[in-house]
Amino acid sequence: MSVIKEFTKGIVKENPVFVMALGLCPVLAVSSSVENAIGMGAAATFVLVFSNIFISLIKGFIPRKIRIPSYIVVIASFVTIVDMVMEAYVPALHKNLGLFIPLIVVNCIILGRAEAFAGKNNLIRSIFDGFGMGLGFTLALIVIASIREILGAGQFLGYNVLPATFKPMLVAILAPGAFLVMGLLMGLMNLKKK
Amino acid sequence: MEFLAKIFAMAIAAIFVQNFVLMRFLGLCPYIGVSKKLDSALGMGMAVIFVMTMASTFTWLIQTYLLVPLKIEFLQTIAFILTIASLVQLVEMIIQKTAPALYKALGVFLPLITTNCAVLGVAILNINEEYTFIFAILNGLFAGLGFTLVLILMAGIRERLERAELPRTMRGMPIAMIVAGCMALAFLGFSGLKF
Repeated sequence: MSVIKEFTKGIVKENPVFVMALGLCPVLAVSSSVENAIGMGAAATFVLVFSNIFISLIKGFIPRKIRIPSYIVVIASFVTIVDMVMEAYVPALHKNLGLFIPLIVVNCIILGRAEAFAGKNNLIRSIFDGFGMGLGFTLALIVIASIREILGAGQFLGYNVLPATFKPMLVAILAPGAFLVMGLLMGLMNLKKK
Repeated sequence: MEFLAKIFAMAIAAIFVQNFVLMRFLGLCPYIGVSKKLDSALGMGMAVIFVMTMASTFTWLIQTYLLVPLKIEFLQTIAFILTIASLVQLVEMIIQKTAPALYKALGVFLPLITTNCAVLGVAILNINEEYTFIFAILNGLFAGLGFTLVLILMAGIRERLERAELPRTMRGMPIAMIVAGCMALAFLGFSGLKF
């Protein structure tokens, strides 16, 4: 049962974006369309799961003092794999996400999970933790991207969902919209918490 | 003269038009995290300007004289993040030895810079945009200046917000985000500037 709990905690209770406010840069940057959001979420989840697996396997061999640089090298290796695979198979998406794929390396969620969870727990629990956190990150991205894409372009995943009389609020898909939507969503989360 | 004009255009682009924080969404963690007080924002800004300039210098050299000749460009991400991490460590040690007063002022912020995505971001951008050596260094410097500018503006606003009457749910992070949104809106006005 505890394994299920490791999995579900990342989705709502300890959601990395809304609750812990980690990894904001990619969240705001790629959430202008749902398609980009799903791509980014999938890439980050892959890195999160595999770095968790690898780190929980080698945690016994790493001296405590150099654990952070070692974690970063492990994470950077998986990011490089994702970067190359995406460039080969989904070049359009790779181009859209651009800089933010290599920047998964410095995403605090991944290093945070390595340090706080995978470095202390066994393999199975680490896999579920990574998967849950990745899913929570992806869902948060999709929520923000949906709001922005629907308001800013009147579309969802590229399909028109609002009547033609709706005038898109361009600002929602521009940079300021990301900050405003995120701020309002965080306020909403606070309201719910009370 | 043309050289100077190019530098000027680059400075305007990096500081205002394509501001790293507000337009490119790089370095948001310190932007939200260290903007509560003006003093610490200033310290963080100085440290970031320094590290970004140094990182641009060293990563450009590594890319051009190590990764490209050996045909191992795919190691870029790993090589750059290690360079930045060791650079930050080195800078920390040097400042500690030579300028203890400055070290005391910057102290806490220095290690934080490794995970500032603006630093890795500017290093990768320099390579993607195929800047020459001088321009890569300058781009790092200007990007750092742009980061510091919005960080200090934000700190000034947030010091005043402390005393503002806000609904309880919007205090802290949410209102910081809204303020950042308004600043981004203002910075959007610069996008008409083209050279």
